[in-house]
Amino acid sequence: MKAIPRAHPLWLAYILHRLSGLGLALFLPAHFYVLSMALNDAARLDAFLRLTDYPLVKLAEFGLVFLLAVHFFGGLRLLAFEWLPWSAPQKTWAAASLAGAFLISTTFLLRAI
Amino acid sequence: MSRAMVAASTSQRREKRGPKVGTTGPQITVTVQRGGPEGPGRKQQFQVPAYDNQTVLDVVSWIQQNADPTLTYRFACRVGMCGSCAMMVNGVPRWTCRTHVSKVLQDGAMEVAPLRNLPVIKDLAADMDTFFDKWVSAEAVHHPTASRDDPIAPIDPEAPERVTASAGIECINCAVCYAACDTVANNPDYLGPAALQRAWTLYNDAKDGAQDTILDAVSGKGGCHSCHSMGSCTAYCPNELDPLSAIAGLKRATTRRFFGKGRA
Ligand code: HEM
Ligand code: SF4
Ligand code: SF4
Ligand code: FES
Repeated sequence: MKAIPRAHPLWLAYILHRLSGLGLALFLPAHFYVLSMALNDAARLDAFLRLTDYPLVKLAEFGLVFLLAVHFFGGLRLLAFEWLPWSAPQKTWAAASLAGAFLISTTFLLRAI
Repeated sequence: MSRAMVAASTSQRREKRGPKVGTTGPQITVTVQRGGPEGPGRKQQFQVPAYDNQTVLDVVSWIQQNADPTLTYRFACRVGMCGSCAMMVNGVPRWTCRTHVSKVLQDGAMEVAPLRNLPVIKDLAADMDTFFDKWVSAEAVHHPTASRDDPIAPIDPEAPERVTASAGIECINCAVCYAACDTVANNPDYLGPAALQRAWTLYNDAKDGAQDTILDAVSGKGGCHSCHSMGSCTAYCPNELDPLSAIAGLKRATTRRFFGKGRA
């Protein structure tokens, strides 16, 4: 038996969109909490931000930008397909959005290092 | 004399169809999901002789005729016309009558189960009632604009709306798309791809007189806006129809009406 019986490209795009959306939703409260330090305790924020010097944290940042990029382009793909009367070469768009996401997040990673 | 011949031919036929026949040649290991409405029961394994040009329906029929006459399943036309033989084959919804065993066999084995997202009557026969009830809930029924006494209005087959409608009319209600859809699995109210696609063809049909009724029916809870555009319906429809795009059409039409821009 195949590992995922009903998998196909658009379904994988859907799963990726859902997982990235959930990932972003989990990150958002933490993000706001850290940003709030800027108002209340700037020194603690600076200390916290020094964490970003660690390679592992850099990698995690890449992951985060990747999630956002995947979700953003995936969301644009869905909006375009559903609201513009295109007759769907949708697979191409799913692939293109993934490629775009990789491009942006990798660029970010390279600049961060 | 003639009675003897009948008896002889009957016993010959028995021998030909009996469980012993074919047990020496190549075999397929078939796992069949048994059970009734109370939920999936045990899985049962059968060894079935392999033939050239064998369909999954042939295999299921062989089991019922030669190994276990209590196995329940459904078919009628055997040629992809009636839509009654759909089952899950290795986790994928398919017309069993038009699926060759060679296409689905994995290491000489396959698994057959009743259609997903529907209650089971018994063994491989799914209960299609909810599926058909949702067609009615989606107003996927003809709303006449004329009676039999009126002259027949000509229809231009090239008109854009007719082309849009025609794209979806070959649906045979097999529920393969319904079984493939994860939104149906997660949302019991969701009308599903087949019913919504039929609503879309009727919405575009010049001879249907209830566009607003259709849009009302498909824009509520469980309507077209519940669809996540994962496209499993389009990927698995054996008739190569495209409910995914039909539902996108309904999303646009309902939204356009919401903002007061009238018909698509
Ligand atoms: C950057 C711009 C964004 C765009 C263009 C976008 C677009 C979309 C779209 C179109 C959907 C519907 C998908 C569907 O019908 O299945 C969606 C779902 C979702 N989004 Fe976003 N989104 C964005 C940002 C975000 C952010 C920042 C978060 C996290 C806080 C987020 C979390 C989610 C979640 C949890 C879902 C539900 C997933 C699902 O239904 O499968 N999105 N997004
Ligand atoms: S595109 Fe919509 S109807 Fe088709 S499988 Fe996905 S959720 Fe179901
Ligand atoms: S749209 Fe295709 S898969 Fe769905 S019921 Fe009709 S013929 Fe079957
Ligand atoms: S038996 Fe009629 S479609 Fe398969």
